[in-house]
Amino acid sequence: MNKIEPSAQDRVTRRRFMAKIARTAGGVGLFSMALGLFTRQARSLPALALRPPGALPEKDFLAACIRCGLCVRDCPYPTLSLSSFGEDVPVGTPYFIARQAPCEMCEDVPCVKACPTGALDPDMTDIYKSDMGLAVLIDEETCLNFNGLRCDVCYRVCPLLGEAITLERHHNQRTNKHAMFIPTVHSDKCTGCGKCERSCVLEKAAIRVLPRHLAKGQIGEHYRLGWVEKDKLGHELVPGIIDLPDRLPEARP
Amino acid sequence: MTIKQSIGQDAINSKGWLAAHKWLFLRRFTQLAILGLFLAGPLVGIWIVKGNLTSSLTLGFLPLTDPYVLLQSLAAGHTLGLTALSGATIVAVFYALVGGRVYCAFVCPMNVVTDAARWLAKRFNLSKGWVPQREIRLWLLGATLLTALISGTLAWELINPVSILHRSLVFGFGYTWTMVLAVFLFDLLISRRGWCGHICPVGAFYGLLGTFSLIRVAAKKREQCNDCMDCFAVCPEPHVITPALRGAESGTGPVIISRDCTNCGRCIDVCAENVFTFDLRFNNQAPIISNGVKASSTPSSRKAA
Repeated sequence: MNKIEPSAQDRVTRRRFMAKIARTAGGVGLFSMALGLFTRQARSLPALALRPPGALPEKDFLAACIRCGLCVRDCPYPTLSLSSFGEDVPVGTPYFIARQAPCEMCEDVPCVKACPTGALDPDMTDIYKSDMGLAVLIDEETCLNFNGLRCDVCYRVCPLLGEAITLERHHNQRTNKHAMFIPTVHSDKCTGCGKCERSCVLEKAAIRVLPRHLAKGQIGEHYRLGWVEKDKLGHELVPGIIDLPDRLPEARP
Repeated sequence: MTIKQSIGQDAINSKGWLAAHKWLFLRRFTQLAILGLFLAGPLVGIWIVKGNLTSSLTLGFLPLTDPYVLLQSLAAGHTLGLTALSGATIVAVFYALVGGRVYCAFVCPMNVVTDAARWLAKRFNLSKGWVPQREIRLWLLGATLLTALISGTLAWELINPVSILHRSLVFGFGYTWTMVLAVFLFDLLISRRGWCGHICPVGAFYGLLGTFSLIRVAAKKREQCNDCMDCFAVCPEPHVITPALRGAESGTGPVIISRDCTNCGRCIDVCAENVFTFDLRFNNQAPIISNGVKASSTPSSRKAA
C-alpha cells in the first residue's frame, strides 16, 4: 500500500537528517575545542605589559573587557594602546609598557571613567590607590645607587615621593667610609605606574614594574615573626624564658 | 545554454545606470561613512565617534554597544556595566526594527571584502565550491557563547574577523591582513559567499535579532516577474527570494520574511521590472486562493536555494 512507502522514505530522510546534524555538531564541537585551547594559550599576559589603572584581576578582566578602546581614546598621554592582531597581549585589550610610556597618574582617572563595562572598576576613583603592578629593583649589579652613586632618579620621579620608594642607608663596603642610598620599593604604596622604570637612566632599566603576582613573595600561613607577635602582645610570648648568651664564631677555640 | 553576459544589464537599460545601482551605492556610502566617522577622530582630530564597533561613544553621550559581544561577556561571567548594557539595548532595538542583517549589508567592514571576492569569482567564472549548510552559523553562534561560558573569557573575540577588522582599521592594523586575506580567499576559492552566507556567527546573531523586524524587502509586483533570474544572481542569500517571489500560487505573501535577508536592496536595483521594493512586514497579504483559504504568511524559506 502507499502507506508503507512514505514511512520507509521517512526513515531514510530521518537517518540522513540525523547524520547531517551529527556532522555539523561534530565540526562545531571540534571548532569549540580548538578555540577553547587557543583561549587558554592566549590568556597569558607578557610580564612587561601592564593593564590600565582599576583593571579587574586578569581573568575577570578578560571576561569583562569588550575591546572597544574607549580607555585608550580618553588617555591624554600616549600611554595606553590596544593590542593588535598577532601581538602577545590578548587581541584588542588595552595595555601599556612602562619603559615606553608610563601611566601619568591623572587625578581624574579618565580611562576608568571611559570604560563602558566596568572592566576598569568604576569604584577606583583615587589613582594613588591603583594597582597596575609593582616596581621591583630587579638588577642590583647595574643600579647606580647600588654601586654607591647618587642617581636617585627612580626615587625622585615617583608620584608617591618618599612613600612608594624610599632611599635606605647602607654601609658602603667598597669605600668603607661612604653610605649607599638603596632605592627600596614599598608594596603597600606602589601603584605600578612605571615612572621609575621609564626614567631609569641605564640603557636597560634596573627597576621594572611587574604584575604583582610575579613581583611578590608570600610568607607561609603558619609562619609568625616573633618580634612582630611580641609587639602585638605587648610582652614576651613565653614569659620567663632564659636568654642565653650568643656565641660568636670568633669566640670559638 | 548561454551564460548571461551581464547581470543587471536589463535594469541599466530600462532605469539608467544610476537607478540600477542606487542601493548598492547607498550601501557603500553607509559603510564608508560609518568607517569615516570612526576614523575622523584618530586621523584628523574630529571626535564625533570614539571607540569601535564593539562599543562606542557618539558626541560624548550616546553609548552604542554590540549586543553580541555583550552577550559573550555575560556568558563569560561578567554582569556589571550599565553603560554597555544600555548601549547594547539601543543597538538591539534598532536592528530588531530595521532588520538584523542590515548590520551585515550596511555596517560590517568585512562585507566589502566578501563582496570583492564574489565580484572576482564572477569575473573568473569560478565554481560554487563547498556549500556548507546555512544552519552552521547558528551552531557556531551557540559554540562561541558556550566557549565563552566554559573558558570565562571572550574566546571568540580573540579570532572574530569582523570585530578584529574594524578595530584594526581604527586602532592599527598589525597582522590583521592575514585574517582578511583568509576570509577573502575562503570566499573566492573554497566556498562562494561562504563567510557571510554560511559561517559567520555575527551575521547569525544579527539575523536572529531581526527575526521580527519591521522593514523588509517585498516582491510587491511579483506578477511582473519575467524570470530573468538577475535577483537570484546578485542576492547574497538567494534562498530568501523564492517564497516571496514565487509564492503567489501557494498563497505565500510577497514580503521576504526570512531572517537571513540582509535588506541590502540589490534585488531592487537589478530588477528591470521593478518587482521589489522596501516595505513593512505587515503588508504581506497573501492572495486568496481558489478554495478561499488564506495561506500562512510564514513560508519555509529553507526549501529554497
